[in-house]
Amino acid sequence: MIELAFLILFPAIVAFLLLAFKNGQVRNVVVKIAAGLIGLATIILLITYFSSGLVLFSVHLETAAEIMFVISLLIAGFILYLGIKQRKYLAVILVTIQTLMFIGIEGWLAKDVQQVSNLFIDQFSLIMAAIVGIIGTLICVYALAYMETYHAHHPEIPDRQNVFFFMVFVFLAAMFGLIFSNNLLWVYFFWEITTLASFILIGYSKTAESTNNAFLALEMNLLGGIAFAGAIIYLLIADPTGSFLGIEQLLSSGQALALVPAVLISFAGITKAALMPFSSWLVGAMVAPTPVSALLHSSTMVKAGVYIIVRFAPVLSGTTEGLIIGLVGGFTFLLGSAIAISQSNAKKVLAYSTIANLGLIVACAGVGTYKLVWAAILLIIFHAIAKSLLFLCVGTVEHQIGSRNIEDMSGLIVRMPKVAVMMLVGIAGMFLAPFGMLISKWVAIEAFIEAQFGLIFVAILAFGGSITVFFWSKWMGKIISVDPHVTREADTLKSEKRIVLYILAGLTVLICLIFPLISSSLIEPFVLSVYGQTARLSQDNIIIMAMMLFLLMIMPFSMLLPRNGARKVPPYMGGRPASSDMKFLGSMGVTRDVTLSNYYLNDLFGESRLLMAGTALGFGLILLAMIVLVGMIL
Amino acid sequence: MMSPVYGLIYILLAPIAGGLVAGIDRKITARMQGRVGPPLLQPFYDVGKLFEKENLVVTRSQDLYALCYLVFMLVAGALFFAGGDLLLVIFAFTLSHIFLVLGAYASSSPYSFIGAERELIQIIAYEPMIILSAVGMYMVTASFFVSDIVVSSIPIVLYLPGVFIGFLMVLTIKLRKSPFDLSTSHHAHQEIVKGVTTEFTGPNLGKIEIAHWYEYVFLLGFIFLFFAFSLPIALLAIVVAYFLEILIDNTFSRVKWQFTLKSAWIIAGMLGLINLAVLYYLSGGLQA
Repeated sequence: MIELAFLILFPAIVAFLLLAFKNGQVRNVVVKIAAGLIGLATIILLITYFSSGLVLFSVHLETAAEIMFVISLLIAGFILYLGIKQRKYLAVILVTIQTLMFIGIEGWLAKDVQQVSNLFIDQFSLIMAAIVGIIGTLICVYALAYMETYHAHHPEIPDRQNVFFFMVFVFLAAMFGLIFSNNLLWVYFFWEITTLASFILIGYSKTAESTNNAFLALEMNLLGGIAFAGAIIYLLIADPTGSFLGIEQLLSSGQALALVPAVLISFAGITKAALMPFSSWLVGAMVAPTPVSALLHSSTMVKAGVYIIVRFAPVLSGTTEGLIIGLVGGFTFLLGSAIAISQSNAKKVLAYSTIANLGLIVACAGVGTYKLVWAAILLIIFHAIAKSLLFLCVGTVEHQIGSRNIEDMSGLIVRMPKVAVMMLVGIAGMFLAPFGMLISKWVAIEAFIEAQFGLIFVAILAFGGSITVFFWSKWMGKIISVDPHVTREADTLKSEKRIVLYILAGLTVLICLIFPLISSSLIEPFVLSVYGQTARLSQDNIIIMAMMLFLLMIMPFSMLLPRNGARKVPPYMGGRPASSDMKFLGSMGVTRDVTLSNYYLNDLFGESRLLMAGTALGFGLILLAMIVLVGMIL
Repeated sequence: MMSPVYGLIYILLAPIAGGLVAGIDRKITARMQGRVGPPLLQPFYDVGKLFEKENLVVTRSQDLYALCYLVFMLVAGALFFAGGDLLLVIFAFTLSHIFLVLGAYASSSPYSFIGAERELIQIIAYEPMIILSAVGMYMVTASFFVSDIVVSSIPIVLYLPGVFIGFLMVLTIKLRKSPFDLSTSHHAHQEIVKGVTTEFTGPNLGKIEIAHWYEYVFLLGFIFLFFAFSLPIALLAIVVAYFLEILIDNTFSRVKWQFTLKSAWIIAGMLGLINLAVLYYLSGGLQA
């Protein structure tokens, strides 16, 4: 219990400390100590509740509810003020609606609410806590070094690092709150805080573009928030004493009652997880400093969206609404992956890949059989680690070479070998056997075959999975292509960055070795407790994959073997006289540079066209779900 | 049950079988083109000679990628013949091809660079169909393990005719036969510079050739699975299928990558998926 309270309150307290102290050195120390303590507390939490299963805590705190109410109103007022100031009237309207709903809930509906168990913890919360507490804090430490360089590179942006770190730690606190809350009112409160935190962090640089994108994120998430509030209202009308406000109580109350709120909350999850048609906010969010992207994409925000949908997977399972939500996820996976092919901006590729993978997680959760929930949780874990690593690598490279374009990363293996290798590990982690994401896709295929209408999803995975091979491989190819005229760049990597990157790269590999352990000790008991049966990977396959991983790791050592004189020659230039620095004699005696650039297949996988398709499909499906839902309520 | 013995036999004998297949292929191709053709064992002579040559590289890392290509091709094939999980086999197979692509990228040579991009396009063209084939076999035999599929007495091909045709289509891509020999071709009339393998010479090229032999045997083994209920029919099917591939190879000229990608996906989507959907419907949704 004390660990839970600590993890929610401590980051919040640290956040205010960081807001108060503008001194960089103080910040450095505070962030590192806080990150260490949060990481430590997470590990203690893991050890304490490792085998205890579901534990509910009835925190009797009238004051907590009141404090939350006041904070919510303050946030609403703040957003209203900014919205009016920036003339973002859509945001103003949405926040007004939501505030009215919220006041309605607190003022009238929730008056008779009896005591609900406010906090809980089970294996799934533990996994999420580990992701937030370990990856989230690592990103914070990385951000220290990053933000310093960021402001050195962008003197025009006002230095508001105290606000930045304030928001980051508030974000962490809200994430812990969200995953430990059983009371949906509490979940909703923390949910709204993550919306606010992402809004401020995306708009950090205060340029016109970042302000616009921040408001875009805000509007889409507020829309989700309204659905969330709708779910709470529905539940309070169903029972004014609030006996269904607890997630656990709601899940065990049966589909008849839980389906409507589950779909509404899943809609909120879809907006937060940036599935199509709401994917544009996450793509727009890349204007923020890279640690923010890493945070949003891996351990917070979008993971909150999929967390809540996976929570409600047992309710969605086997229903038309669940299938539709699954389809939204499935098409997002397919189209998101396809769009990534046409992108050369590394952060955009990562953004679309995140969108795609979140889509896959939601597809698993929407169809919601026990095997699929197991696969979804695996996906959440693997994705968080590999994606945070990739974002931080891109951020590091960007500061060094001044570009986040993949074409400019040509020969990175020579220029920045260490970062390049870590980037390769991250990319391999995203799509290659025997690494994490591929394992999850594989088990998802096996699980979908047995699900109802699973064939659609199997097809989506077969096509979408191979599409991902294309854009990751060509990125890898750019990194490892050894351009003779590039040279190694001076190693200016700060130690904080380096350590964080090493840890994440190590985790990406390590998790592939120990995931059977995580699966058997956390995921399987969770799935078992919810569904009464559980899935696992066969022993043979685990051993084979461990052997493959081992083989993959020892292969580079073959480079050390003595060999009988491999002679270096310049690449073949079609018989043209070429110089060693990749110039060749063109026609009319002109000397030309060789430039190589990847295929982007814009005709087939162009962003605008596919995005339009995705938006249409997403909206159509969600509309369909809403119609079915309205039919059910009436 | 998985049996590592068969995997070991594959590792030892597949290059011989694969080399012979390549030799027969060249012989038949020559006859179709009105030539006498090389001796049957010519592929072995060629590869033997490659290993005697000097190792010329643009960058040292090419050695690593060529070796990884061969090693993971071995892993995929051995896993297949040992009776492992078909999906894992396919993923290992993809992994090995990624190494070939990376090897081509590494040299940053224009020809191999284009070859690498095209090889990737080929991978995304054929992979969905191969995965759907595995899924189809699972739907018929209720197992992803090759060891279970191969002992099944069900005539799989009768349940999966569309999938089988789709598989033959992507087999053309996989065997690097015209009209889909985009990334590199066996024939000089298609291209003079050898695409993805341009910058590999000597022993590295030899390794890649051997990997191709392993690949041949693996792919023919995949055909076998469709006919596993009867050994004679299966062998006949393999011979006919391979002859068909040679015939197609010699009657079509190379198409553009757009056509390759679209046709492979459309065939996978139409024949493969519809086949699976019908099967799914007939089996009552496979709700266990």
